[in-house]
Amino acid sequence: MSKIGIASPRSAATVSKHSRPGAATIIAVTSGKGGVGKTFVAANLAAALSRSGKKVLLLDADLGLANLDVVFNIHPKITLHDVLTGGATLEDAIIEVTGGISVLPAASGLVEYSRLTGEVQDELSAIIDQLAQRYDYLFLDTGAGISDLVLYSASLAREVLVVATPEPTSLTDAYATIKVLAMMQQRSIFHLLFNQVSKSGEGSRYAAQLGDVANRYLESQTATPIELHHVGDIPEDQSVPDALKKRKLLMHAYPGSPAALAMSKIAKAVSRI
Amino acid sequence: MAGHLGDLRLSEAISLLSQTGQIQLDDAAEPDVQLVQRIIDGLCELSSLDALTGLANVRQFRMALDQELDRVSRGGSPMALLMIDADHFKSINDTYGHVTGDIVLQAIAQCLRDNMRPMDTLARYGGEEFAAILPNCLPQHALRAADRFRVRVEAKEIVLPDGQTVHVTVSVGVVGVTAWRDSDAKSLIASADRQLYEAKRAGRNCVVMEPTSATGVSGSEKSALLSANMQAKDE
Repeated sequence: MSKIGIASPRSAATVSKHSRPGAATIIAVTSGKGGVGKTFVAANLAAALSRSGKKVLLLDADLGLANLDVVFNIHPKITLHDVLTGGATLEDAIIEVTGGISVLPAASGLVEYSRLTGEVQDELSAIIDQLAQRYDYLFLDTGAGISDLVLYSASLAREVLVVATPEPTSLTDAYATIKVLAMMQQRSIFHLLFNQVSKSGEGSRYAAQLGDVANRYLESQTATPIELHHVGDIPEDQSVPDALKKRKLLMHAYPGSPAALAMSKIAKAVSRI
Repeated sequence: MAGHLGDLRLSEAISLLSQTGQIQLDDAAEPDVQLVQRIIDGLCELSSLDALTGLANVRQFRMALDQELDRVSRGGSPMALLMIDADHFKSINDTYGHVTGDIVLQAIAQCLRDNMRPMDTLARYGGEEFAAILPNCLPQHALRAADRFRVRVEAKEIVLPDGQTVHVTVSVGVVGVTAWRDSDAKSLIASADRQLYEAKRAGRNCVVMEPTSATGVSGSEKSALLSANMQAKDE
């Protein structure tokens, strides 16, 4: 009989590689739980930032179950997979979409990325180094969960933006993500955004709660106290699913909607990080 | 200017190495330089081994771990570190005496060694604790390998000189190291030791691995997180 288990995490100290060469601010967008609007947030933040003249690239770091192409209504023939396997150059794979945003799409349904290999790590790191020279912002849209690939993508970013909704499962998954990154990569600063918020002030309350719990439970296990920066909330808004159905970005389809206005405010906060 | 090789006092080193079988003096015509080289090699070997089990000692283990961590941190394939401790070893010593205790330790060492790959480093870390470095090993495989070692030790029948048989079990703490982790040897050993402690606490004869996923969010953390959620819903 197998008698094996996973202990409660009391991970050892690690050294992080957050600072990377190049001009771009690299932001990993992650959430733990799927379906909370990671890709939606990344794409519309990119749109808001590019509107203020910034060069922005979105990289679909969900190598196995990519979705950025769907949000942008593009049909890439060449993806990150081709670049990683040497079948295409970075230039071939980058697509300029509306509003001057660049997208580096990934393929969907590729089982080989369910396990992160050293070669993929090296390639991905080299690609991001190259891109960092050419853009002002790089958004790494990670997959759900905390697979090695998600954690590795986060390790390549200077900043981590955690997207959550007021759902209990989303809150606990967001917390789990923060905990793992704090303990395994010694990350102490996290940016937090609440999506689908129904009451004003709800996001701030959850952000404070997350911060409290993180510092109460992780204090003895991390070198520096954890700082959660609440960058803002996106209200529940029918224009969000409406834009998605039209295969258009919210920022372009309904720029005056409450959700789009909130997104613009968040973009301003993000531009200061 | 230093003296001649003939001035070196080698008798103690030679007698030590002859005793441990590291050196044989069978060629009277052997040139001095060659003999000195053999003595140095023998002493190096001796200083890297554990006297009782013949496994790597702590010094050798630390060197191997540093090397392996350096390889992993340069984008190499993942490795695993295992801390393996004999359960209730004190009671074996108390019941059967230290000679039997030593035989049991040698048997555990042999059993673990037999079940590892040639590339793995197995060391006696001290007392009844062993440490293993498994290069090129994904965390999920490390967990399975560790459990296999545990099962093999449990199944092993250790026959004492008087014909009695003894059974022993081990607890194992496992830590997986991937390229992005960038940890140092000291903190990894500390972490593996903590997992070993958890395995002991969980009742011994089991394997505990350091979590690499969010499975570590406890019930109390969850309820603390969700208390605000409940309040918000009530308002």
